[in-house]
Amino acid sequence: MTATPDLAVRIGSLTLRNPVMVASGTFGYGPEYADLVDLASLGAIVVKGIRAEPTTGNPTPRTVETASGLINAIGLPGPGVDGFVRDYLPFLRRHDVPVIVNIWGRTVEEYGDVARRLGAVDGVHALEINVSCPNIKEGSKAFGTNLESFRRVVDLVRASTRLPVIPKLAPNVADIASFARAAEECGSDAVSLINSIPAMAVDIETRRPKLGNITGGLSGPAIHPVAVKLVWEAARAVKIPVIAMGGIRDAADAIEFIIVGATAVAVGTANFVEPGTAPAVVEGIRSHLVRHGLPSVAALRGTVVA
Amino acid sequence: MKVETTTVLAHATYGGDYRCLELEAPGIAPEVRPGQFVHIRLPAPADAILRRPFSVFRADGDRLQILYKAVGRGTAAMRHLQPGDGLSILGPLGNGFPAAAADALPVLVAGGYGMAALYLQARTLPRRGIAFFGGAKAGDILCVPEFEALGWEVRATTQDGSRGERGLVTDALDAWLSGGGRDLRPEFFACGPNGMLRAVGGRAEAGGWTAWLSMDRHMGCGVGACLTCVQKIRDPDAPGGWSWVRICREGPVMECRTVVWEGDE
Repeated sequence: MTATPDLAVRIGSLTLRNPVMVASGTFGYGPEYADLVDLASLGAIVVKGIRAEPTTGNPTPRTVETASGLINAIGLPGPGVDGFVRDYLPFLRRHDVPVIVNIWGRTVEEYGDVARRLGAVDGVHALEINVSCPNIKEGSKAFGTNLESFRRVVDLVRASTRLPVIPKLAPNVADIASFARAAEECGSDAVSLINSIPAMAVDIETRRPKLGNITGGLSGPAIHPVAVKLVWEAARAVKIPVIAMGGIRDAADAIEFIIVGATAVAVGTANFVEPGTAPAVVEGIRSHLVRHGLPSVAALRGTVVA
Repeated sequence: MKVETTTVLAHATYGGDYRCLELEAPGIAPEVRPGQFVHIRLPAPADAILRRPFSVFRADGDRLQILYKAVGRGTAAMRHLQPGDGLSILGPLGNGFPAAAADALPVLVAGGYGMAALYLQARTLPRRGIAFFGGAKAGDILCVPEFEALGWEVRATTQDGSRGERGLVTDALDAWLSGGGRDLRPEFFACGPNGMLRAVGGRAEAGGWTAWLSMDRHMGCGVGACLTCVQKIRDPDAPGGWSWVRICREGPVMECRTVVWEGDE
């Protein structure tokens, strides 16, 4: 029995004090939740998607709640690289938490440009490559579902930075393992999955889509079992760490991901409901390890009996 | 701003579909400023996962009251709350109303159950003016004794004429303005449907007065992270002359001149 199990995990050259992050797009850039959550209690903070230039995002309505889920079509509004570095990075540097920046572009070249610029500033610890946002009409979406485009983006980002790079995989592909393997072959330090699942909701009285963008991406507890299956498949296919996300509400959901092979997890939609979810998940993982006599979170990883 | 597990003290019908929920909230209630709101976690089990935002009706010491109408999936889940039940709330949220201009006559305009969001401001304003309440029928005109007890003159308007004048709240407002009100330098504090807010803002802009509009937008996180409740505002420096604000963070109270209204509002 170990009273204080080791929760630290490594993602490439980056060591996280615990395996629980907050997912991109669900925690702003940090200041939004700083009154409610001790940022230093997080394994890492993954900030909302950043591209080269400022972006206004999609028209409203941008989200719609469905049964145990949330469809969003926010459209990645953001301040661009310069705005992020100017307006948010100084705040994040003052906190003792690794910062992973989710990056995206409208062209392959833009991904490389963003990676190069963010790799040159102090305070960014890793890059998550968003190739799978379902709400962007330009190339971004295809980069996540076409293996050849996916490789081009990951190759260029890899060549543009020395930071750990983490492609975020789309769930709506025929074979998740082939994307995970491609990421590994291109020199990625980890993969994260799943992004939200393409989805749609219609008002039956007006017969209009409930989102301004017509379609969006489903997140929340509704997608958790889908994510567990895909994380299991991806983790069996690669040696690099898998960061799992999809509908985590509590420690049990996170532990399920770790058992099927995840090295780390990210809390997403639950942040909107219960801002203290991520710290509670850390404590729940710790007590689970103690209860099962495990010395570390690594000892639990991939122990699914299947 | 904090998350607090409050205790339900009372949960009474307030006529029709309206209910008043009173909570013991010692961490949040004393911090509430007029025009702010709280984000309520729905009682489990609910397949509606998001919190629901509610204006604070009253805040007295450690207690706060929410006035709401049971209409949707979220409020249906709240109907069965009993005294003694626990309820998680996040707040206080939003900017709230500003202090009144010194030389203006405060005028409140409420539609739907917007009067609930104006009560704390009505209690705080240094001058008592006129309050225009509009609703579909007599049962929608709420809280009149409470406002009168504070010294406000309340004028009710209903669309079916069952209480006060028949018509829209803006009809009563227009009659008052042309009957001498415009000489009193009104400053508006308004809460209600978007169409009403837009109309009140239009009157204020035309007259050269100020109108503070408490806006309601479909909301997600309540703290500015999810970017669901965004509203276009005029921004001469931005491409296209507009930019977004988050109603949960920079709002919900906006001065009418800043708001860019969309076509169907």
